[in-house]
Amino acid sequence: MTATETPPVAAASRAASAGPARRLPRTRTVVVAAAAYLIAFLFLFPYLVMILTALRPQAELREPAYLPTDFAWENFVNFWSGGLSGNLLITLQVAAGSTILVLLVALPAAYYTARHRFRGRTAFLILVLVTQMFQPTAMLVGIYREFSQLGLVDSIWSLILVNGGFNLAFAVWILNAYFSSIPRELEEAAFIDGTGRFGALFRITLPLAAPGVVTALIFTFIAAWNEFVVALTLTTSPEQQPLTVRLNSFIGQYQVDWQNLFAGSVIATVPVIILFALIERKVVSGLTAGSIK
Amino acid sequence: MQQTSPLTRAARALAPLAWIGPAIVLIGVVVVWPVIEMIRSSFLKINRSGVVQGSNGTGNYAKLFEEPDFPGVMARSVIWVVAVVAITILLSLALAQLFNQRFPGRRLARWAMIAPWAASVLMTAIIFKWMLDPEVGLINMVRHDLGLLDALGGADADQLGQAATAMPWLIAVAVFVSLPFTTYALLAGLSTIPAEVYEAAKTDGASRLRTYWSITLPLLRPALTVATLINVMNVFNNFPIIWVMTHGQPGYSTATSTIFMFILKRSDIGESAAMSVVNFGMVIVLVAIFLKVSKWKNEVS
Repeated sequence: MTATETPPVAAASRAASAGPARRLPRTRTVVVAAAAYLIAFLFLFPYLVMILTALRPQAELREPAYLPTDFAWENFVNFWSGGLSGNLLITLQVAAGSTILVLLVALPAAYYTARHRFRGRTAFLILVLVTQMFQPTAMLVGIYREFSQLGLVDSIWSLILVNGGFNLAFAVWILNAYFSSIPRELEEAAFIDGTGRFGALFRITLPLAAPGVVTALIFTFIAAWNEFVVALTLTTSPEQQPLTVRLNSFIGQYQVDWQNLFAGSVIATVPVIILFALIERKVVSGLTAGSIK
Repeated sequence: MQQTSPLTRAARALAPLAWIGPAIVLIGVVVVWPVIEMIRSSFLKINRSGVVQGSNGTGNYAKLFEEPDFPGVMARSVIWVVAVVAITILLSLALAQLFNQRFPGRRLARWAMIAPWAASVLMTAIIFKWMLDPEVGLINMVRHDLGLLDALGGADADQLGQAATAMPWLIAVAVFVSLPFTTYALLAGLSTIPAEVYEAAKTDGASRLRTYWSITLPLLRPALTVATLINVMNVFNNFPIIWVMTHGQPGYSTATSTIFMFILKRSDIGESAAMSVVNFGMVIVLVAIFLKVSKWKNEVS
């Protein structure tokens, strides 16, 4: 896989422009565009409902009305003062910690497997590929037993470890693809010019692989930010729970304060949708590990 | 030939470990250890507070298989996976075709599509639960205004309260969150089909439908296979949708094997571990299929 060579979207537009739809009749373009916009709106719709509900005054919450008559911006303040800021901080720490862990572990592994052929390389890459297919849900009982024995229940470290471990594969694959696509000669030229082995790595190779590094970084951050099942299993006290688990615990209550719940959901959702938009083109190739070829 | 001492040869053989060692350790701690612990626990007698009270042989499995709800849960898991993945693939094929056309604002439209993919599945499930609220849920309000629902707040409005209407909604939400990735994977697949192939078909006077059926679909097969398998894996392991929207209730009538495992964890960890091992066995089969059909060999060499 050469991730840098053909961004799927650019290639797709090329294929489309040269494909069967070369001279689109005008009405057809209009119909196609209208259908696409409608579908795009449907995909965004639940999140618009979320934002509108987050702005509903509590008094209007139990009235069957399509739109709020008043916008209650204070719901966001209530979210903050209602003690949920601590949970947001936990989420941030877990997401940032997992991202750093993945980067520290995946970078050397991806670089070395891209540059060197050694005994056990294939076995290692298969191991990584297999872990990509595994999900923590399938081995939840084992994770729970392990971290209980380690005394890491209610600790952000267990969440960082598990999120890091299960997102490692994506980072290794996408970084490996980037490193493989950078010609070895570039690095060697810099090495001969006297920058040293590590100088060449840091000044030439890493900057060229930067898009891959950023993709791996954002992807891990979002995955850890959104994670729910492992955190639900490994945290028990409300103040140690990440935002996802804490927000979910509101639903079991008899009287759900939906407007505050959704204010929290907006804060938990909107940033990751924006972040994801930055890497969207590259994610598919990392997730399918180059199987589409 | 250069002479190398055994020591330098050993150092050379160990050099890769300095680079890939941390990754192996992390996978060991987070993936391999839990698997071993899970299998071990499935043969142990463990009390509610997590204290091991000796071996239980195959007792946990016997208890699991004798649960009156077990056959239903397993059957529902299969239906859940097959229905969600089949509907997702069919809709994604159409969506990929649409978003592969050229029209102004295509990038923006494609961008809007990623929202359910980027957002936490948990949040999406919470929103749908709210929209299905029997009294003030948006979906029920629309049904009421269209005359499809007699009154808000009644039993008819509580669609998540009974399995017959809850299951379709759970499946719909699972399809909704699976569509973006699948469509993007198929769009990537479409982009690998060379334009010349279409031109040749056009010269031969093939109809649009015919071209799609005998050119696009066969060439899309690798992308389709991988997207299907990744979806099967995700949907099989999906937990938040059912957990948030119905908790597997009423009774266990909307529970899949993953939900069942999680509920069992509260009463009997050993039995829950046995359910996990059964689930894990199915995951292993899926991974084996994935390794066989995916072209990892090209990648590794």
